[in-house]
Amino acid sequence: MQTSFTAEQLRDPDIQSSNKILRTCVHCGMCTATCPTFVLLGDELDSPRGRIYLMQDMLESGRPATAEVVTHIDRCLSCLSCMTTCPSGVNYMHLIDHGRRYVEETYTRPWHERLLRNTLVRVLPSPSRMRWALTAARLAKPFRALLPGGVFGSRLRAMLDLAPTHLPPRQVVNGVHRADGTRRGRVALLAGCAQQVLAPSINAATIRLLTRLGYDVVVPPSAGCCGALTHHMGQHDPAMAAARTNIAAWSAEMAGEGLDAILINTSGCGTTVKDYGFMFRDEPEQAQAAQISALAADISQFLSRIGYAPTRDPAGLTVAYHAACSLQHGQSVTAEPKTLLRKAGFTVVEPAEGHLCCGSAGTYNLLQPEIAGRLRERKLDNIRRTTPDLIAAGNIGCLTQLAGAGLPTIHTVELLDWMAGGPRPAALPA
Amino acid sequence: MLALPEPKADILARRDEIVAGLRAILPASGVITEPLRLKPYETDGLPAYRQIPLAVALPETTEQVAAVLKLCHSIGVRVIPRGAGTSLSGGATPLADAVVLGLMRMNRILEIDYADRCATVQAGVTNIGITQAVAGNGFFYAPDPSSQLACMIGGNVGMNSGGAHCLKYGVTANNLLGLTAVTIEGDILHLGGNHLDAAGYDWLGLITGSEGMLVVVTEVMVRILRGPEGARAMLAAFRSNEIAGQCVDAIIGSGIIPVALEFMDRPAIHACEAFAHAGYPLDAEAMLIIEVEGSVAEQDDLLDRIKRLCEPFEPLSMRVSQSPEESLAIWKGRKGAFGAVGRISPDYMCMDGTIPTSRLPEVLRRIGEMSDQYGLKVANIFHAGDGNLHPLVMFDANDPDSFHRAEAFGADILKLCVEVGGCLTGEHGVGLEKRDLMRFQFSEPELERQRRLKDAFDPAWLLNPAKVFPLQDKPRQAA
Repeated sequence: MQTSFTAEQLRDPDIQSSNKILRTCVHCGMCTATCPTFVLLGDELDSPRGRIYLMQDMLESGRPATAEVVTHIDRCLSCLSCMTTCPSGVNYMHLIDHGRRYVEETYTRPWHERLLRNTLVRVLPSPSRMRWALTAARLAKPFRALLPGGVFGSRLRAMLDLAPTHLPPRQVVNGVHRADGTRRGRVALLAGCAQQVLAPSINAATIRLLTRLGYDVVVPPSAGCCGALTHHMGQHDPAMAAARTNIAAWSAEMAGEGLDAILINTSGCGTTVKDYGFMFRDEPEQAQAAQISALAADISQFLSRIGYAPTRDPAGLTVAYHAACSLQHGQSVTAEPKTLLRKAGFTVVEPAEGHLCCGSAGTYNLLQPEIAGRLRERKLDNIRRTTPDLIAAGNIGCLTQLAGAGLPTIHTVELLDWMAGGPRPAALPA
Repeated sequence: MLALPEPKADILARRDEIVAGLRAILPASGVITEPLRLKPYETDGLPAYRQIPLAVALPETTEQVAAVLKLCHSIGVRVIPRGAGTSLSGGATPLADAVVLGLMRMNRILEIDYADRCATVQAGVTNIGITQAVAGNGFFYAPDPSSQLACMIGGNVGMNSGGAHCLKYGVTANNLLGLTAVTIEGDILHLGGNHLDAAGYDWLGLITGSEGMLVVVTEVMVRILRGPEGARAMLAAFRSNEIAGQCVDAIIGSGIIPVALEFMDRPAIHACEAFAHAGYPLDAEAMLIIEVEGSVAEQDDLLDRIKRLCEPFEPLSMRVSQSPEESLAIWKGRKGAFGAVGRISPDYMCMDGTIPTSRLPEVLRRIGEMSDQYGLKVANIFHAGDGNLHPLVMFDANDPDSFHRAEAFGADILKLCVEVGGCLTGEHGVGLEKRDLMRFQFSEPELERQRRLKDAFDPAWLLNPAKVFPLQDKPRQAA
């Protein structure tokens, strides 16, 4: 498409990158069809093509973002379904990341919005604060009905609803977990932030499975949140700081005993770690970041690569595989998890509209509870039609979003670990 | 550059009244009026032409559509019907004094009747949405425009859309049974139905391809078909466009009707392979995708005969798809072809001329010559079996000179199509893009009859103005 950035504007590397993306778009409109918000709301403004147009206008004008534009940018799930669909190869992810950052830098949100966002930015990436907040939420649940109406109240209610009724005990996975038997290699695992608190069983299963397969698993104590949560809220500096810490931690491991892979079992984080190379394109850490992105792999990719085999007899269970957007669209990992689950002896069914987001999308279900709720119901309807015994997914956000609907939601790796000698997942009724 | 009419000052002056009228009919989210939010509606799949409309209305029912049209008619506001906004001919290009009537919220499947093989859906259901709704029972809706993922059935009716598989199954007109449509006065018409032929004049024939200029279609009843036992695609690669064109002529001339017979030249092959990873022959100058269907024995027999027909043209390679996944990848590349050209050029104009297939080799050669003459690259992707060409003229919209050359090049291609006995448009419609070439295709008495037909439905020419007829043409009441 035609763009009209001035030479002066094009000196900014972010504008340069976005200009290139905008010029790749030919406005064909294919992306509209697979965009969850367009499907629900039926408005060009809530489609990728519409948002691309709004962002182009916002960036070209150089004016502060307006409330109207922010509304439509905020409604984007960043599910990246449009990128899977786009025949032209438009990098919508980098464009919307730039758009969100521009919004944060030029637009003043209402006070309650700022309060909420700042709270999320402080709480979610920190396991200790997250644990504290969830405990508080659990205590507040009985008082849910007393919350005020309006946008603010509905968001608080959404948070209380998502908070689990009980928290699993804290488990520390930092350090080195040695391979069982002959050592085949050495990998780092991103222990994550929110996932550690909500479902420590996922990291535990990952470590058991990998060590059993002959890998040393390193969780550097200094590594932490990947930066995705803040990155998707347009908060550039905290995101870069989080990423920088991880780059330093993993680089030290690479320089020391070496790493065969950096593994991620929360696909939302995986998409971001795989993008470190781009995020740091103009930073001193550029080379290391690119190396880390190249080494990063989803746990399902790595298990497919090294070979996985079950040791137990098939459990006779039908698993509805829910493709997390960050895995299927963000990382184009589609076949591996299903192939592994089938190998492990499960009957795998794929619900209709598998390309549509479940509404979790990082902090989306907290910030846009109405749309997120409608997507959740739509997703669950499609899943129920396949009459599964349980739902498997590779992302903690989706697992939390789809929980509480009568079907156990279990991380793919926990099922694989179980069939290879690990414990039966606790979420599965005996 | 095609001119758009001057906005009417009296209509712009009554903007507040029009908006208030729309708000009385539609929920708040269904009326868009702020300039910033109107901007993404300023264009469609032909972004070279843009104009920010006066307002956008997003109705959810036929009754709301009728109320909006009645309001616009009473004030004399022009109306631009819009589906998914994927038109490549500018069929949904707005005007500054017009209301865009977007039908994308009307996306419900209303009824599926397997016994009588038909489905009734709202106009905003996507083309592929119909097939998805019936695929579980082994049925499909045949016309398959390449934008079928996104384009909506209402727009398909407006443009009489085709697609790769129309070689065997026919275009939209051949698969349509009934319509609910609204006139500019707000009257609701129910036309056709689930029976062969309809009473009275051929309404459906008249409205299909009328480009939103006679009525606004809100519900569509289509024929659904039982899917074939199986289908297989093969790729045949050739040394030149002309030789591939001769091969198409030989296949069609032999009397075989493959379910699809598609052509791609070198630039198209490379762009699409980068998107679809289908194993297209990157060494070829031109490639044919040939699909046959039926029982396995039938497929084998047809593929054998087609291979023998290809051989005299010394193909560089011939490959038959070995699995459904392979066929899917082959079609993914073809269906995404236009967008994929976005990988090799920032902008393109997609032509849509139709010619007798026997003239293919000659026309392809002359397009190649024009490409040199205008200094613009062209990618050829088209439905070769029915002679429907889609040369994509590549240009750079940030360079006005290259845009003007692209327009002239495109017009010359279409004139060439008419010259060899073909026509301006196969399936994309005349829209804005080919409006000024209509005099090249039609004589004055022929155009006059078409204008009087428009008058009969819409005397003030409020529906989708500035399209199809050259801009100087006027309604009778203005004469």
